[in-house]
Amino acid sequence: MTATATADTTRPDPVARVIAFVRGEAWLLGLLGLLAALLLFTKAIQPNYGATGIQGLALSVLPLALAAVAQAVVVVSGGIDLSIGSMIALTNVVAATQMLGHGPEYAIVVAIGVLLLGTAIGAVNGAVIVATRVADIIVTLAMSFVWAGCALLVLTAPGGSATPWLIALVTGALGNEWLPRGAVALLLVTGLIWIPVKRSRLGLALYAVGSNELAAFRSGVSVGRTKIIAYALTGLFSAFGGLAVTAVTGVGNPLPGGYTLTSVAAVVLGGVSLAGGRGGVLGPILAVIILAQIRTDMTFLSLNPNLATVAQGAILIGVVMLGSLAQLRRVRG
Amino acid sequence: MTLADADMLLEASDVSKTYGAVVALKSASLAVRPGEVHALMGANGAGKSTLVKILTGAVRPDSGRVVVRGRERRVHSPAEARRNGVLSVYQEPSLIPDLDIRSNLRLTETPLEPFRHWLNELGLERLEMSRDAREVPLAAQRVIDLARALAIEPDVLLLDELTAALPANLTERVLEVIGRLRGGERSVIFISHRMIEIAAVCDRATVLREGQTVAVVDVGTGSEERIVGAMLGELASEVAASGGAKAATARPAGATPRLSVRQLAAGARLSDVSFDVYPGEVIGVVALEGQGQDELFDVLSGSERSTAGQVLVDGSAASFRHPADAIRAGLVYVAADRAEALLMQRPVRENIALPSAARVRDWGLINLRDERKRVNEAVATLQIDARAGAEVRRLSGGNQQKVTIARWVAGGVRTMLCFDPTRGIDIRTKGQIYALLRDLAAGGAAVLLYTSDLKEIQLACDRAVVIFGGRVVAELPAADADEQALLRAAYDLRSDAPMPEELAAEAVAADAAAAEAASEPAVPPETPAP
Repeated sequence: MTATATADTTRPDPVARVIAFVRGEAWLLGLLGLLAALLLFTKAIQPNYGATGIQGLALSVLPLALAAVAQAVVVVSGGIDLSIGSMIALTNVVAATQMLGHGPEYAIVVAIGVLLLGTAIGAVNGAVIVATRVADIIVTLAMSFVWAGCALLVLTAPGGSATPWLIALVTGALGNEWLPRGAVALLLVTGLIWIPVKRSRLGLALYAVGSNELAAFRSGVSVGRTKIIAYALTGLFSAFGGLAVTAVTGVGNPLPGGYTLTSVAAVVLGGVSLAGGRGGVLGPILAVIILAQIRTDMTFLSLNPNLATVAQGAILIGVVMLGSLAQLRRVRG
Repeated sequence: MTLADADMLLEASDVSKTYGAVVALKSASLAVRPGEVHALMGANGAGKSTLVKILTGAVRPDSGRVVVRGRERRVHSPAEARRNGVLSVYQEPSLIPDLDIRSNLRLTETPLEPFRHWLNELGLERLEMSRDAREVPLAAQRVIDLARALAIEPDVLLLDELTAALPANLTERVLEVIGRLRGGERSVIFISHRMIEIAAVCDRATVLREGQTVAVVDVGTGSEERIVGAMLGELASEVAASGGAKAATARPAGATPRLSVRQLAAGARLSDVSFDVYPGEVIGVVALEGQGQDELFDVLSGSERSTAGQVLVDGSAASFRHPADAIRAGLVYVAADRAEALLMQRPVRENIALPSAARVRDWGLINLRDERKRVNEAVATLQIDARAGAEVRRLSGGNQQKVTIARWVAGGVRTMLCFDPTRGIDIRTKGQIYALLRDLAAGGAAVLLYTSDLKEIQLACDRAVVIFGGRVVAELPAADADEQALLRAAYDLRSDAPMPEELAAEAVAADAAAAEAASEPAVPPETPAP
């Protein structure tokens, strides 16, 4: 018994590996299936839906997808950030006002500065939570007012502009018309930051703190530092979200959109446990795309677009319920 | 189909239950006579918990029947089972933490007078009914659970590992009260890993192995061997061999202790403790509940700071501000509560890799090949059954505890601090853990082992340090540290003096008071980042 068990861990046979993979990534595969079904459905009700539609989809989901990634990082580490929408608004107005009337070279400096700004305000969120030991949900709710106020200090009404290269970075396609630049940008940003983090000791510490803070502490993980870094990463992805908003809309808008709560919804739909310690960033991205596509389909069906919001809520409950049912069946047999 | 034996108070026959592909119970049967204390035995994973859940209505069996007082019974919830006269005291305390004791009793419709009576019998007469349950120490909560169950007067009382978290003195009282129930109308089904308790109070024992009832044994002289034999099947000899493995220590003269503790004090309970642990030694720590042993281990593992005294590692003074400091100094901690040590939702691999990769300061990528090699070695060394390794919470308790040890073994152990590592673990895994601790010591590690199971001292340790009231009151070589001697020392009694009843009661009261004084948040989960 023990001999086979050890052999299993050292050299699993390919079939068992596939089964383990499917079991481990069941949620992700389910989301992919759902998305594929949705796209087929779209094609059925709107036969001329094609590359342009995909490009539009990629562009429209970009800010929200980045917000969802930002939320996923902090939720995995056992926290939650209700200031993501405000951080996106703040970085958006800073980017748009600073880029207005300057050349493309200066805009590069602005973009880097905005990303640093996002990281810094994210770290402030984390530091306040760690230092005051006030609940994360309260601190980030309070900070959402602070950052939203700061955004209004920078810009009282929509204004500013985006530098042309920033817009070009996310609109249109890259080579093949089926490969939208928005999607490439999203995958690059997320992949280049998240994959190294996840593979490093920091990633392990993030999941450990989210999974069991006391166990992580006893294992020698610096819990406070890990939390601050998690919030800083969330700030960084929010800043990318702010740049995306700038690129997609071409202006700065000091009023936060509905990014915060939708990002929480996407995280839940994307298979990340709100209790922390489980899930990744790919699920939430897929969840955002699915939610957006449902909205598009409802427009195609000439239904009242407000129904889409109702549907979003219903789907959220339905999917999470089905997910827990599936898990329950697995546990109970 | 024969009618159930009318002499039996409760009879379960041919009960089976499968969870997916896992067969939890194949064909279990259990027959309890009126007025009997009946032990239900089995290694972890033998199906005890499933059978208990079926008896209490928490789980429905796939097949088989449960007959109470000659009538077949189908229950679908614990509440229904209770109305049918079957009541269980579960492994975990069932008091609602935010309600006071009185409201808790009202919630379960417990008659107050009998409750008071049983509480007195159990030695907790000074309990204030207006206290919130969360303020009551864990051991007292277990006793309250028991008193509550006794007051409800069920036909069959199920006690699942009730004594596992109790200090020796309370255990004694509990066993005495249970013993007095014998010969009456009611029956008790008693589940415990401690053979000595079975011998003390039980009339018969039903032994489960791999989901089947393999033996029903009349408890008496020599039954211990038979029970263990039935529980283990063909494994019996192996465990006996590994459990008994004990090395004679030959300490070179003038050697430096790996770990020296000098006049250490911390919190309200640890006042003055000194001892040495040399490389190659396993030192046992023995204490009644709440004598400062928690604080001692918290200080040594870096979770709490001492208020006075000194800790020396390899002869030089050390002070730990964070567990990471202790780990760096080679002091690693194995907790009794696996939920405190493990990332339950994460894979075995990550759990084992975490401590060696814990320092965020090292930014580099983890070398996955190195890591896999170390993890596999640790899994093999500890014989962890990691088939359900995708999430640690799906492993059995024994395998989980092995993971908590494996994570340190993977990085190489210098000093291991084990706080009751075998609590609630089956006898086979216990044997493996003793053998592992001996192996670590033989490899030059120093091991400090606190245990609530006094037998472990002679099975695994070279010396025993006994702590009472925050001070070391005795230090015994393993050869002299039989349970009798240890218990006397733990009560701070001279070896020849009698052990009067009132002294025991006093110890209980002092224990409760001390636990109360220090039941405030034990360890802040975080020290501010420097």
